[in-house]
Amino acid sequence: MEATKVLDAKGLACPMPIVRTKKAIGELESGQVLEIHATDKGAKNDLTAWAKSGGHELVKHEEDGDVLKFWIKKG
Amino acid sequence: MAVNKMTSKEVTQKVFNKEKLFVFDVRNESDFQDWKIEGDNFQYMNIPYFELLDGVEEILDKIPTKMEVLVVCAKEGSSIMVAEMLSYAGLDVAYLEGGMKAWSEHLEPVKVGDLKDGGELYQFVRIGKGCLSYMVLSNGEAALIDSTRMTDVYLDFAAEKNVKITHVFDTHLHADHISGGRTIAEKTGATYWLPPKDATEVTFEYQALEGGNDVKIGDTSINIHSLYSPGHTIGSTSFVVDEKFLLSGDILFIDSIGRPDLAGLAEDWVGDLRETLYNRYRELSDELVVLPAHFMIIDELNEDGSVSEKLGILFAKNHGLNIEDESEFRKMVTENLPPQPNAYQEIRETNMGKINPDQEQQREMEIGPNRCAVR
Repeated sequence: MEATKVLDAKGLACPMPIVRTKKAIGELESGQVLEIHATDKGAKNDLTAWAKSGGHELVKHEEDGDVLKFWIKKG
Repeated sequence: MAVNKMTSKEVTQKVFNKEKLFVFDVRNESDFQDWKIEGDNFQYMNIPYFELLDGVEEILDKIPTKMEVLVVCAKEGSSIMVAEMLSYAGLDVAYLEGGMKAWSEHLEPVKVGDLKDGGELYQFVRIGKGCLSYMVLSNGEAALIDSTRMTDVYLDFAAEKNVKITHVFDTHLHADHISGGRTIAEKTGATYWLPPKDATEVTFEYQALEGGNDVKIGDTSINIHSLYSPGHTIGSTSFVVDEKFLLSGDILFIDSIGRPDLAGLAEDWVGDLRETLYNRYRELSDELVVLPAHFMIIDELNEDGSVSEKLGILFAKNHGLNIEDESEFRKMVTENLPPQPNAYQEIRETNMGKINPDQEQQREMEIGPNRCAVR
């Protein structure tokens, strides 16, 4: 998955991963992909729900040890 | 306006006193639907914090001004953010300190009765999760039953009461919460009792708890008499304390009965469950006060926050004790089961000593409501 931008939100606690994600997505064009790395376990459900409500698409999600990785395509 | 902080203890008092509270839960919808703070006179609103990042103007008129408002999230961070935004907009609101994580871990000790010669029995109400544990105190000694992993609460309580914990029991191998029994026994030198039929795979030393065992607490001899009562698990054991109280574990609750499927197949144990509830318990005195290891709904709380009822009343009113037809009973407890508790297999393995998750992992495993009953 080719990401336009990578956001490092590791070590950040809720709500910061989403706050940063929202900002970073805002700087992308529609159709571009943001890759997010987070360690807050709550990020999984919240990013999924946030992407859905914002009209974005969570295209991929994987776990690499303690790091949660997400790829969100801007809607 | 100020952003206030409310503790789980303060919210617990509001639940006990049936006070009003407007709970503004900013977790995502599925987490809120699955599990929330319950109170008889609480009102709710759920809007995830991530839908409020651009401001709270649009929701201001949905928040009451004549009622206390508590903003709640998983771990506190997002609720502080939202509470600050509301406060900036002129509202007077509080956030829940430590979020649902702290709510899940809060234990409120409630005295449920006096025992002979000055002894006392306390129930520790884990209000956010519905787990109930017990401490029997008598003459400088104490026994602990079905303790949670928040071991400091019991150790501090024992120190405050000036008693030494000498016996620790689990009525069965728990599947919904991590037991603090082993840790407390190690720290205090107390004997840790487990039903051997539930403990075939445990990796540590324990004292076998068999039906008919009697244990004395303090030199005035508060008697704890164990009664083999299988059905929730094959080893499930109840206790009669001071010939007055029946600690029923996860076999019998106030408004429901134990589910037989968390450690094996429901079909295997449904017969045991029937035998325990319809025969063994029937032989006991109606006057015994039943003290279960869980409550399911907030309606089960008494005025003082405790959870208890006389056995005779349960025989009259608890639906699960009043199904004459055995096949209908069998059907109810094998086909009508709620979802299984979060991570229940990992919780069982932790309680067996097979895996050793760290504190944060233990918290994650216990997230959500308990689901040990069928109604």
